Amino acid sequence: MSGGSYYVPDQSRFPIFMAFSLFLLVMGASSTINNLDDPNSNSAYILYLGFASLFLTLFFWFRQVIKEHLAGLDSNQLKQSYVYGMAWFIFSEVMFFAAFFGALFYVRTLAVPWLAGEGSKGAAITAIELWPAFESTWPVITTPDNGVEYELAEKSMAWPGWDHALKWLPMWNTIVLLSSSVTVHFAHLGLKSGNRKKFNVLLGVTVFLALIFVGLQAAEYYEAYAHYGLTLNSGIYGSTFFMLTGFHGFHVMMGGIMLAIMLARSVFAGHFEDHDHFGFEAASWYWHFVDVVWVMLFLFVYIL
Amino acid sequence: MSAVIENHHEDHDHGPAKGITRWLYTTNHKDIGTLYLWFSFAMFLIGGAMAMIIRAELFQPGMQIVEPEFYNQMITLHGLIMIFGGVMPAFVGLANWLVPMMIGAPDMALPRMNNLSFWILPFAFLILLSSLFMEGGAPNFGWTFYAPLSTTYAPPSVTFFIFSVHIMGASSIMGAINVVVTIMNMRAPGVGLMKMPLFVWSWLITAYLLIAVMPVLAGAVTMMLMDIHFGTSFFNAAGGGDPVLFQHIFWFFGHPEVYIMILPAFGIVSHIIETFSRKQLFGYSSMVWAMLSIAILSFVVWAHHMFTVGLPLAAEIFFMWATMLIAVPTGVKVFNWVATMFRGSLTFETPMLFAIAFVVLFTIGGLSGLMLAIVPADFQYHDTYFVVAHFHYVLVPGAIFSIMAAVYYWIPKWSGNMYDERLGKLHFWLSFVGVNVTFFPQHFIGLAGMPRRYPDYSLQFADWNMVSSVGAFLFGFSQLLFLFIVLKTVMGGKKATSQVWDGARGLEWTVASPAPYHTFSTPPKVD
Ligand code: HEM
Ligand SMILES: [Cu+2]
Repeated sequence: MSGGSYYVPDQSRFPIFMAFSLFLLVMGASSTINNLDDPNSNSAYILYLGFASLFLTLFFWFRQVIKEHLAGLDSNQLKQSYVYGMAWFIFSEVMFFAAFFGALFYVRTLAVPWLAGEGSKGAAITAIELWPAFESTWPVITTPDNGVEYELAEKSMAWPGWDHALKWLPMWNTIVLLSSSVTVHFAHLGLKSGNRKKFNVLLGVTVFLALIFVGLQAAEYYEAYAHYGLTLNSGIYGSTFFMLTGFHGFHVMMGGIMLAIMLARSVFAGHFEDHDHFGFEAASWYWHFVDVVWVMLFLFVYIL
Repeated sequence: MSAVIENHHEDHDHGPAKGITRWLYTTNHKDIGTLYLWFSFAMFLIGGAMAMIIRAELFQPGMQIVEPEFYNQMITLHGLIMIFGGVMPAFVGLANWLVPMMIGAPDMALPRMNNLSFWILPFAFLILLSSLFMEGGAPNFGWTFYAPLSTTYAPPSVTFFIFSVHIMGASSIMGAINVVVTIMNMRAPGVGLMKMPLFVWSWLITAYLLIAVMPVLAGAVTMMLMDIHFGTSFFNAAGGGDPVLFQHIFWFFGHPEVYIMILPAFGIVSHIIETFSRKQLFGYSSMVWAMLSIAILSFVVWAHHMFTVGLPLAAEIFFMWATMLIAVPTGVKVFNWVATMFRGSLTFETPMLFAIAFVVLFTIGGLSGLMLAIVPADFQYHDTYFVVAHFHYVLVPGAIFSIMAAVYYWIPKWSGNMYDERLGKLHFWLSFVGVNVTFFPQHFIGLAGMPRRYPDYSLQFADWNMVSSVGAFLFGFSQLLFLFIVLKTVMGGKKATSQVWDGARGLEWTVASPAPYHTFSTPPKVD
């Protein structure tokens, strides 16, 4: 804890603008979703407006923070606050994913077997009365109701065996994302040793790998929807598969955008010094986090 | 914008900005604390009005005042508003006002994000309340929003509910991150971890719980959204999901959430009892350890809310014992408070009255909790008014009394004026009597079998329900007196000294009353 004065910013308009943008965003989202069946609904415009004003506010807010930083207003203590803040934010993200992983483990180890009549619970008896033919397997391809309410998939995205491993997109995705964690690490080392060219090139490669990952993920989703009949509507397997990989993919996009912004800041504005680059560091932590989540996904959603 | 940068050196001297922008654009922890507290009070009155409607309907058996459908909306909104709009923001407001002053920091660590955390809330509650006027009415599935009531059978406004919970959660997470970072990084030199005031400790732990469980709540409502609108089957057994999964996720959030609403109270009450006993707290470090173990245990007891859904026997036994284990650190705390008062030079100013009532009545709530934790007993008590009595004892004379105690205790520091002690005592006694008359009889009707969340009941419950309603009106209308006292204090009154209470210790009592707009721009010396 260093002494001296801590930078307490003057009044700012950004926070309340951002709160208002969020208000527009969620009002727009709720009414758009509630009116999905109504082609004449204009709610989506509120949603777009919310997005636009959110991005604008964030842009100007971060610009302000960077300016203050370049003007030398931040003490070491403030920088430490950013470090802690980012770390705790990532912890909150971990807990968000934990909810979905928890759901996955719960249905796999408890709910699905119970539905098929395993165990001694009354619930199992109800299930037998309702859906006697249901058998407990994972992935659940045939839903308990055998597709009355849900559309059955033909095939899951699970590990296809070594013979098909090379044509299996998740394998490539794993390679791509793990490599990107390595490249971002070496970019960081480059920056620390004052080698800006190495930093820019390796960070560029990382962003490129992020794009490839998102592309492959899109291809995988296309395959699922178009060829396997596996959709959000395919019962619990489709639900957990798409929600887990979908939120992960969304986080990859966010992380990729953050890294791309850092790249642009370095290339076009010459930001970051060998000892002073928390913006980049925060984005790279986020990137490693996204990577770890993928490893968990690869293990528990695809392989096991 | 660069003007802002250049002006910064003068910032430390000038006071608040003029006019409304002071409140809209503020980055000052005291302003933001005040905003939070007033917001919470407004929500407390709105949620309270809903409680009055509920109790008016339950005054007599039979349907008198509202439609059953509307009754369900009232109990749902009452719960949500009191928890997310009343208790939580009040504690965040207190944290804003007090934590920086208690640790000798100039402000919260991230002042602009602080403002954002606050201003999300009015918008979130605007959305939630506007659902009352939507087609199909407001959410009607209880504050616990169990699936499938909240999915398959929910009114369309559930979508708005889901998104308002999302942004409330974002606000809570940001607020909590701010508190954690402030405490970890902004303590004045010399304020070591084990020298932090207990309110600061309690909030450090609370903030950790918030960051850990609010995202889980976000996950739960996201799954609901997907189930309702996009065809997933998380909570639908026909697709291989499970409605009980909802309850697991909800209570994994929900039980830590109840501790989020009580831990800061532990901190507050410790300070007040210390001051008015004119003694040091009996055991500081045992208090810290008790709070830490409660926080850790609170992650492994969630299924005590689900004993009757058909859990495997092993789970029932595990969650029963884990829940009972919480009674140990809770007992440590109660013992601590009592031992602090023992042979102290006690005086009974209003904050102390609320604090003592807290200790006694919270203990009643804890004991009824212990009864509920016994699985075979809970089979009887679950979803009866006994549970309602339990959680109101821990939340009203627990959390809310501690908030009122805190307001009386620190308002001289905030406003520079002493409150009117006679009126304060009157407010205390009205509230104390009101709370007990309202909620004590609910133990009886609960044990006798009256189920919760119904607008009507059979005749044998009539007498105690009438008593309960009378108590509720007494308690409800007494809070207008509280509003009056607070307003009166803010507008004038006897001037307070810096130390305010002769037994008060801690950094916040070393600065003038009212506390200057900026305190501790340079860290104070603490030994
Ligand atoms: C000694 C500590 C405690 C124990 C052993 C305990 C135990 C329990 C149990 C077993 C239930 C479930 C009853 C049922 O639904 O059948 C319950 C409900 C509840 N408790 Fe506690 N509790 C304790 C402290 C607290 C505290 C400190 C709070 C809040 C400040 C709290 C708030 C609640 C609430 C809100 C509910 C009802 C939730 C609902 O169904 O709407 N409890 N408690
Ligand atoms: Cu609980």
